[in-house]
Amino acid sequence: MSKFKDIKKIIIEKPLKLDCGQTINNYPLAYETYGKLNGNRSNAILIFHALTGDQFASGINPITKKDGWWSYALGPGKAIDTDKYFVIAANVIGGCMGSFGPSDINPESKKPYGTNFPVITINDMVNAQYNLLEYFKIEKLFSVIGGSMGGMQVLQFVSNFPNMALTAIPIACTASHSAQNIALNELGRQSIMADRNWQDGFYEEQNKQPDKGLAVARMAAHITYLSKAGLQEKFGRKLQERDDLKFSFDADFQIESYLRYQGSVFVDRFDANSYLYITRAMDYFDLTKKFGGNLSKAFEKSDTKFFIISFTSDWLYPTSENRDIVIALNAIGKNVGFVEISSDKGHDSFLLDIPDFLKTVKYFLNTSYKQIK
Amino acid sequence: MKKEFYNIAKLVTQNSKVLDVGCGNGELMKYITENISKDIRGIELSKSNVQKCVEKGLTVIEGNAEKDLKQFPDGSFDFVILSQTLQAFLNPENVLNELLRVGKKAIVSIPNFGHWKVRLHLLLKGTMPVTKNLPNEWYNTPNLHMCTIKDFENYCKKRDIKINLKNLKFHNFFSELGIFVLEK
Repeated sequence: MSKFKDIKKIIIEKPLKLDCGQTINNYPLAYETYGKLNGNRSNAILIFHALTGDQFASGINPITKKDGWWSYALGPGKAIDTDKYFVIAANVIGGCMGSFGPSDINPESKKPYGTNFPVITINDMVNAQYNLLEYFKIEKLFSVIGGSMGGMQVLQFVSNFPNMALTAIPIACTASHSAQNIALNELGRQSIMADRNWQDGFYEEQNKQPDKGLAVARMAAHITYLSKAGLQEKFGRKLQERDDLKFSFDADFQIESYLRYQGSVFVDRFDANSYLYITRAMDYFDLTKKFGGNLSKAFEKSDTKFFIISFTSDWLYPTSENRDIVIALNAIGKNVGFVEISSDKGHDSFLLDIPDFLKTVKYFLNTSYKQIK
Repeated sequence: MKKEFYNIAKLVTQNSKVLDVGCGNGELMKYITENISKDIRGIELSKSNVQKCVEKGLTVIEGNAEKDLKQFPDGSFDFVILSQTLQAFLNPENVLNELLRVGKKAIVSIPNFGHWKVRLHLLLKGTMPVTKNLPNEWYNTPNLHMCTIKDFENYCKKRDIKINLKNLKFHNFFSELGIFVLEK
């Protein structure tokens, strides 16, 4: 797509066999980098984005003109200090920020793939991004870091490439997508597919956009990123620019107006089919499946030092699921730290300015970096 | 740093694999990291203490020793340290068993209820002893299972736990603290 012509990308020639059975090659992978790679190439960090993130983790996103999604955590002097580390972030395949995705043109039909795009998995995403290490000639990453779906990619990465990262920080994630989370994702997908403009996924060739469906999907998902206490504190029953109820279905309450706004801005930057494909990838994620239900086995060959972080009010990827990863690592004597950060900001906490969280990341990285020097 | 911590650290072999159970603000872990072994981790319950460990750059697992020790495989650490918290667990016997399962050796310290000041306090005042090592009143003490050095020795003998002891009688009277290396 032309709006992506100035962004960085590599074309990956090497065929990638996807979990669904199809093989892709010559596909684009869009990325961004922050900081400088040092002389012995030992300061590289690969960060993985969440469902609606992209490669523009910090600074101003050139497409949306908004702050990058991890601006609080990533940048000069910040928790992931770009004065020190060389950070690579890629847009996942299936995404809509320049990497191979459902809105790309299918060279055979000369039309956007739409729902003819292959179903991809977290494993596929990670395997595609692995090519960036070859591109940058990095033999070993200093760290792999990500929250939410990004955390799932961290776990998958270490499992697939057990000795390619010295440290790993999976944040607010899970090793196996829960029934509740599959249900919530399905709600979002059904909302998109119920929009008449979705057209079985071939909306682009008809110049239509399932904006309503995508906005409702985002609104529902947005609630799951917050906590009850956080919502109550921020909005309570406050009314939106009115003195009393209007006895209508207008957005009387501030929370309604807020959600509508979140939905409306989301459709400007995100593709509905990408939303379907990426949520599907999350639902299919179960790192234990290949290992007969034993998560420890996924990490058996790895020497990566882990630090796992969860948040008290995160009910989407609760502490218990993060702790399961800690338990699996401890069970095989791997090096792992774990902290549950106090926050009433829900799952979204990992994107926000939560000092204890940011400090935890910073100290873990800096201490580990000192040890390798 | 507390004198107790120097004494505990002295018992840890160079470059061994260590777990500090109830590691508090990480003071002992930091000392061991810098002087004896980098391969050390802690478990701590209190969120504020966990943050203090994080700020010291230590590897800490937020958790509850009473529940979380079971996730470690047998003999996965050369030393497991438990400093002055045994008496605060609901089930200290279970914790001791876990320490000796997870660690090849366990270093355990206990506040000694047999110290002469404690004995004198109870004898003369007739109230529950409050000393430097036992600063709380009976109604707010976290210490559920107080014992003396002698009690602890008797327990280890009964359970076939190897315990290093010298001049026990003397220590039971004059030490405010007992520090032991245990082995199953």
